Amino acid sequence: MAVLPAFGYLPALGGQALSLTPWQDLLAQPGLARSVILSFTTGLVTTAVSVVVVLLFLAGVAGTRLDRWIQRLVSPLLSVPHAAAAFGLAFLIAPSGLIARFVSPGLTGWERPPDWQIVQDPWGISLMAGLILKELPFLLLMSLAMLPQLDPVRRTQMARSLGYHPTLAWLKVVTPALYPLIRLPIFAVIAYASSVVDVAMILGPTMPPTLAVSILSWFHDPDLSRRFMASAGALLQLGVTAMALLTWWMLERGIRYLGYRWVMNGHRRRGDAMLRNTGKILILLATLTAFIGLGSLALNSAAGFWHFPDLLPQGFTPRHWQHALPELSVSLITTLVVAIISTLAALILVLAALENEQRTGRRPSEARLQSAQGLLYLPLIVPQIAFLFGLAVVLESLGIRIPSVMVVFGHLLFVLPYVFLALSEAYRRFDPRWLHLAASLGTSQNAAFWRIRFPMLLGPILTAIAVGLAISIGLYLPTQLLGAGRLPTVTTEAVALAAGGSRRIIGVWALTQACLPLLGFILALGLPRLLWARRQGMKGTL
Amino acid sequence: MTHRLTLEQVRLSLQHRALVELDATIGPGEVLTIMGPSGSGKSSLLAWVAGFLNPVFTVSGRVRLDGCDITRLPAEQRRIGLLFQDAMLFPHLSVEGNLRFGMPRHTPDKAARIQTALEEIGLPGFGDRDPATLSGGQQARVALMRLLLSDPCAVLLDEPFSKLDAHLRHEMRQLVFGHLHRAKLPSLLVTHDREDAADAAGRVIELTN
Repeated sequence: MAVLPAFGYLPALGGQALSLTPWQDLLAQPGLARSVILSFTTGLVTTAVSVVVVLLFLAGVAGTRLDRWIQRLVSPLLSVPHAAAAFGLAFLIAPSGLIARFVSPGLTGWERPPDWQIVQDPWGISLMAGLILKELPFLLLMSLAMLPQLDPVRRTQMARSLGYHPTLAWLKVVTPALYPLIRLPIFAVIAYASSVVDVAMILGPTMPPTLAVSILSWFHDPDLSRRFMASAGALLQLGVTAMALLTWWMLERGIRYLGYRWVMNGHRRRGDAMLRNTGKILILLATLTAFIGLGSLALNSAAGFWHFPDLLPQGFTPRHWQHALPELSVSLITTLVVAIISTLAALILVLAALENEQRTGRRPSEARLQSAQGLLYLPLIVPQIAFLFGLAVVLESLGIRIPSVMVVFGHLLFVLPYVFLALSEAYRRFDPRWLHLAASLGTSQNAAFWRIRFPMLLGPILTAIAVGLAISIGLYLPTQLLGAGRLPTVTTEAVALAAGGSRRIIGVWALTQACLPLLGFILALGLPRLLWARRQGMKGTL
Repeated sequence: MTHRLTLEQVRLSLQHRALVELDATIGPGEVLTIMGPSGSGKSSLLAWVAGFLNPVFTVSGRVRLDGCDITRLPAEQRRIGLLFQDAMLFPHLSVEGNLRFGMPRHTPDKAARIQTALEEIGLPGFGDRDPATLSGGQQARVALMRLLLSDPCAVLLDEPFSKLDAHLRHEMRQLVFGHLHRAKLPSLLVTHDREDAADAAGRVIELTN
């Protein structure tokens, strides 16, 4: 739907005839090639590093206390919005950030921050680092969800009994089976990282920025005719992401061929300890970085005067919070209202779909159902900017111009697949005998849903709600593009501060954004414990 | 009130292969035992009578309860009770909540009936307990009472004793069959345990693979 405007056709803006002008304008943009390469490499490098680190870590997990501690530390990171994590990293690695303060002046001799471009570096390294901080927990938890069905313990035991050292045993016998199961999440990471806007505005290069950021700035240009070029850019972004996916797919083939030979080559020990430690150290480093980054948001939001090489501010003050409060509370309410409406709508749709699937006895393996669910995941694989561009055009041509409705609808599209992912497994695993029993006791299907299935699945349902809220709270582009800037949420306001906002204010907004999703998870964990305090049989359902 | 369960020229098949063929009437208080190895279709037969057979099976024939054809009735309107190998007490309800869940809505004196039922199975005062804190034998007894209080017209038993400890099994069978007999309920039992069939003291039909 972004296709027509890309060729100059958008009657609403006076584009009546098809032409190639938007493409000529686009190609004439300075730095376009660099933007494209940047987006492409960001997508692939981010994904490759994240996948390798996650696999190495999982291979080295031996159930030690450190391993469990790391896993427990990583999970809450999933709920932290991308933008907040990116700000945290920026505050950590900036020339006047915590790391520079920690080593100054002792190691460096710096009395004032060096004039280095660390954040927003032209090669996009800090951008990739920021994305990796968030994609690691995502891929790790996706893998952990899939692992039990592969019975990795018995597989590795078998390989170890054949003389393989534990980490190599895992890599050689579990990875080949795990990879196909986490392919969809990996593709989602490629698509996301190659087209991300909010993180790129915070950590990405500026001269030129990544393709997606450029497109957004053209879209917001007061000169409305630039929207045609933006549409062409959205199509180009689609192509760049498709190329990144295609490249990954080809790499996959090559690695499968080489990997097969590696699995078969019979080496049982070489490099085992090194592989194990690399995975552990890298994931620990990433996790600690993310947490210290969040800590530095908190530090900044409450800092008084803070002289450069000092590790801590000279004093703390609530002033920045007080100052931001009026605006903050308005955005907070908008954020929560949008998140709650879109999540509840998604929950109702998902419950209805799953309940219908169970009642009609249809299995997900059936072709039509599978393609319907494939459609559900589409927003995860198609770059947001291309997808939303088309959506905005469609909604506009349908005459829907109410920003609040459009934003809620846009959020719903992104919340829906995650709510579905979070709930479908528990729903399908639910023992059908409970419902048979309820029916034999004279309970109708609807009553059985409310009195048996809903309360027994309350834990997973609340978790799905928390996931949905977290996704909605963190969404930047749908709010920005569909709301036409008239629905400021905590996320859009925080990201808007990236260009030149004061650190103290950014700290306030980004910290609020980071903490908001946690409320949902606290509720999801706490409520069942409270309700089922006297029901031991309900403890295992979380 | 006495009830009669009739399986009329039933033929259950999977992909055109007949698994079970049966024509039988179960009188009030009678237990008909169906024995056979796993995969012989005995559990599918139960599922069909109860009203939730997986649609991959095809069945011809009818189920009649007291002469009425209930073959096409939804499960919740058939008034056929179930006992599984697990007690399956709803984990989110108390013992009393479980018993109350199955009682017809307009039953008079629900609380008094529940109290009597709990006394009858030697668990007086257990109403407020979390079912997960009960022993396996106690849970099985509560499940039996939940079934009886729901006032069914017939009962289906799916290997209900197979998960109990050996020393409990005989005692539990006596309790279950005694109650079913006294309530004059027609019952259909599927099992692969010969002792179940012996204690049921009714007709036995053996399925082969």
